[in-house]
Amino acid sequence: MRALERKLLRDLRGLAVQAAAIAVLVACAVAMFVGSVATWRALARSQARYYETHRFAQVFAEARRVPEPVRQRLAAIPGVATLETRATGAATVRVPGSDEPASARVLSLPPDGAHLNVPYVRAGRTLAPGAADEALVSEGFAGANRLAPGDVLDLVVNGRRQRVRIAGIAISPEVVYAIRPGDVFPDDRHYGILWLPREALAAALDLEGAFDEVSLTLAPGAREEAVVAAVDRVLTPYGGLGAYGRDEQVSHRFLTDEISQLKTMAAVLPAIFLGVAAFLVSLVMSRLVATQRQQLGMLKAVGYSSAEIGLHYVELVVLVAGAGACLGAIGGAAMGQGLARTYADFYKLPVLVFEGDAAVVAIGAALAVGGAVAGALGAVLRAVRLPPAEAMRPAAPPSYRRAAIERLGPVRLVSPGARMVLRDLSRRPVRALLSALGLALAIGILVVARFAGDAMDLMFTRVMGEAQRQDATVTFTHTLTDAAATELRALPGVRRVEPFRAVPATLRSGHLRHRTPLLGVDVDAALTRLVDADGAVVPVPPGGVVLSKKLAELLALRPGDALDAEVLEGRRPVLRLRVAATVEDYLGVQATVARPYLAAALGEGALASGAHLALDPRALPALQAELRARPNVASVTLRAATVAAFRALIAEFLGIYLGVVAGLALAIAAGVVYSSARVTYSERERELATLRVIGFTRGEAWRIVAGEIALHVAAAVPAGWLVALAFVVYTAGAASTDLYRLPTTIARPTFATAALVVAGGSALVTLVARRWIRRLDLVEVLKSRE
Amino acid sequence: MSDARPPVFRARGIEKVYRMGEVEVRALRGVDVDLYEGELVVLLGPSGSGKSTLLNILGGLDAPSAGTVSWRDHDLATRDDRLLTRYRRDHVGFVFQFYNLVPSLTARENVALAAEISEHPLRPEEALERVGLGDRLDHFPAQLSGGEQQRVAIARAVVKRPDVLLCDEPTGALDAATGRLVLEVLDRVNREVGTTTVLITHNASIADMADRVIALSDGRIVRERVNATKKRPAELSW
Repeated sequence: MRALERKLLRDLRGLAVQAAAIAVLVACAVAMFVGSVATWRALARSQARYYETHRFAQVFAEARRVPEPVRQRLAAIPGVATLETRATGAATVRVPGSDEPASARVLSLPPDGAHLNVPYVRAGRTLAPGAADEALVSEGFAGANRLAPGDVLDLVVNGRRQRVRIAGIAISPEVVYAIRPGDVFPDDRHYGILWLPREALAAALDLEGAFDEVSLTLAPGAREEAVVAAVDRVLTPYGGLGAYGRDEQVSHRFLTDEISQLKTMAAVLPAIFLGVAAFLVSLVMSRLVATQRQQLGMLKAVGYSSAEIGLHYVELVVLVAGAGACLGAIGGAAMGQGLARTYADFYKLPVLVFEGDAAVVAIGAALAVGGAVAGALGAVLRAVRLPPAEAMRPAAPPSYRRAAIERLGPVRLVSPGARMVLRDLSRRPVRALLSALGLALAIGILVVARFAGDAMDLMFTRVMGEAQRQDATVTFTHTLTDAAATELRALPGVRRVEPFRAVPATLRSGHLRHRTPLLGVDVDAALTRLVDADGAVVPVPPGGVVLSKKLAELLALRPGDALDAEVLEGRRPVLRLRVAATVEDYLGVQATVARPYLAAALGEGALASGAHLALDPRALPALQAELRARPNVASVTLRAATVAAFRALIAEFLGIYLGVVAGLALAIAAGVVYSSARVTYSERERELATLRVIGFTRGEAWRIVAGEIALHVAAAVPAGWLVALAFVVYTAGAASTDLYRLPTTIARPTFATAALVVAGGSALVTLVARRWIRRLDLVEVLKSRE
Repeated sequence: MSDARPPVFRARGIEKVYRMGEVEVRALRGVDVDLYEGELVVLLGPSGSGKSTLLNILGGLDAPSAGTVSWRDHDLATRDDRLLTRYRRDHVGFVFQFYNLVPSLTARENVALAAEISEHPLRPEEALERVGLGDRLDHFPAQLSGGEQQRVAIARAVVKRPDVLLCDEPTGALDAATGRLVLEVLDRVNREVGTTTVLITHNASIADMADRVIALSDGRIVRERVNATKKRPAELSW
């Protein structure tokens, strides 16, 4: 081993604690990166594998009633590989032992088993051939309602009461999430999927010898748009609602959104963490190199070239950061595997495809080590650029002045120690700023790791308290007259009824399109309102459409622009609508118009698809019994229960990930706090020794270090708030989907906790600094020239 | 020494101005000097006289602000770091007042540090034996006395068989007895190997061991003398 390499190893041993702190920092950042990326990649692969093994269709179409022979024409469309028809409908479900209303989508299963969208039976068995009264129940619904094979359910399908026995519990790629049409999120307790035998279900739905839904896969090389158009041409005479591809399939969209949100988080948060780690490592490294200025000069004097010296210090950095990166990669891979397993269970994916990603590990490690090297390189370059004679001389004493603050007040009141700190601050503000910035970044990552919880609280307060204040929402099996809707007012406990009209539509702007219902509401509606981010109510204009800001973004529209709404029912008119306003709501995306305006555009009278109700909670059981008895009521949703369920869902989804993130943020913050204090101490070591020689007590010397660290913390708290805000804005922006948006908000307790963790940690390290001062070897420090 | 031989070092009109914080320091104010192969020259002068600056420029550790200076065909007034590094690496050995040893390396390793980058070095052990430290090879600087540390520094300087040995106050931090020991080592290297040696001191009695003494004051050469008879370091007293 060469002498220079020996020096490297021995230096490293001398810097053990500091090097360990840096390595931990790098390890956390790399673990975060590797773990996050590995997780979403595993989920994306598992999703693809699941779709493949259970033959998830690629194009879907619904119609009113299509005679079975039409199937041949659909199958003959060029580009269609496999095609399956089925009968589908809505059902209200009476869950044994529960009074709460539940509804379900009922899907027929062919007698010889499904060829597409194949249910995967998790418990029990599939339907017995010829058994008319058996059903498969979706796992989410079964789980939320504690249903097991053998249980009996009472259904009302198409107004007919029917009793079925549960044969098995199943999942399917088309309903990874079971979301009630018109809803924006799943509610497993009140909504599920039931698979029934084709013949029995067709009979109940009056669809004997016919179908109302078709799904298909595409042949290799087939163009989806062409197939969709051809399917539409065939189905339009039969009341086709417009075929669509996977990207508009609700469950797929939801799952893909969540995975892509995880992907964004996997990019954004680790990027922040890696950036913070690189900054801190470079800060510590540059100061470390600065303390070796004299040795560096000697090496040059002996004849080592700048490149050789540079390489020597780079090796030091690479060893420290590299060790951290290795540790991080191992930890990250383990974390990725654990997280992916948890998420696969959470999404009920039957397969988990986790593959070690060497490239991801390599990229994460390269980023971390590169950042560290870049930081140290600056200090090395500065040092080797000095002529060696100058490098070996102690640096010229920096020119100090009275600090501005001293001129303001009576100096005599300030101790010499405090004066040293103050003058240093005014002489070298950048150094103090960098230290404060390091701590501020620590505060920032602590906040960003926890902000999603705050954001969700605000989101739900806004949605529940201000925008959607109805107690229940009733949807009808078909559109009813207003009179039929307002008649609900007479039911027990109903205080207010606000009918709404929802029309399935595809919104188009240029080449951009989005499938979402056009929602007609009354201008004076009080139960459901459009509420902007600042809490202001946006009135529904008598003409024009109000879009969720996210929807406007997706369609690249601004207020004043026009869009086309292709209505997917009835005469299927195309409405030209002007965007009257956009509203920054958080949950789902909506296109809202005034109900009379929608009725006029559709050429229909005052019709309602459902109604929002305000209720007296005491009358709820009686009301539910009444509603169940009404054949034209398709579903009843209790808002509070649904939103609570969704909240739990997102909380769990994000919570798993953010819990890990918070742990790593804490470790990084600890590394930052320690390194920062250590650097502050090292830079003053010589001064402190001098003071001790002069006769300062240990306590007096310590107070100087403590004072300086306290100043850094004091500056870091307000700066940390700004840093945190920037991180939060960036993360929330990146994590926004059409499913939900996180408001950029930081709750005071979150910020206070983060600031306290950093301040408390700094205080703790400051106490440790007493030991550093006790161990200060006065002779040794003063003997060396610098 | 005869002026008939061509000088190895040749400096003309060199000036050096430093900025120390807010103060401008004129360390050299037009120095002309020639140094010859194999001679032992003492640069004498009080602190601040510019002797260290001159030595640093001769050693390629620093570049003059004005003037020309060369060693054989090497231009030392250049600011090209690569050329100066090459010059130091191949031709110069340094000894500093404060030793400048790497505290994390043993005596042998500190010497190896220099040996490893030179073309035809001595073995580090041999260099340490020459300075009388053959039995302290694996001691760390902290385990050695000041005189021993300085001898390690000398071993580090001579291990690469330099053409020039430049010593900045090598005895400045040592007591007289130890100082004499160190000077003896330097004297021996000069005599036995014929290395051109420049030695800085503010201690006039050390000047008696030199072939030639150049006195500086306030950045200028104020006096120069050739010693008719050199004293042995053991005969010096201060």
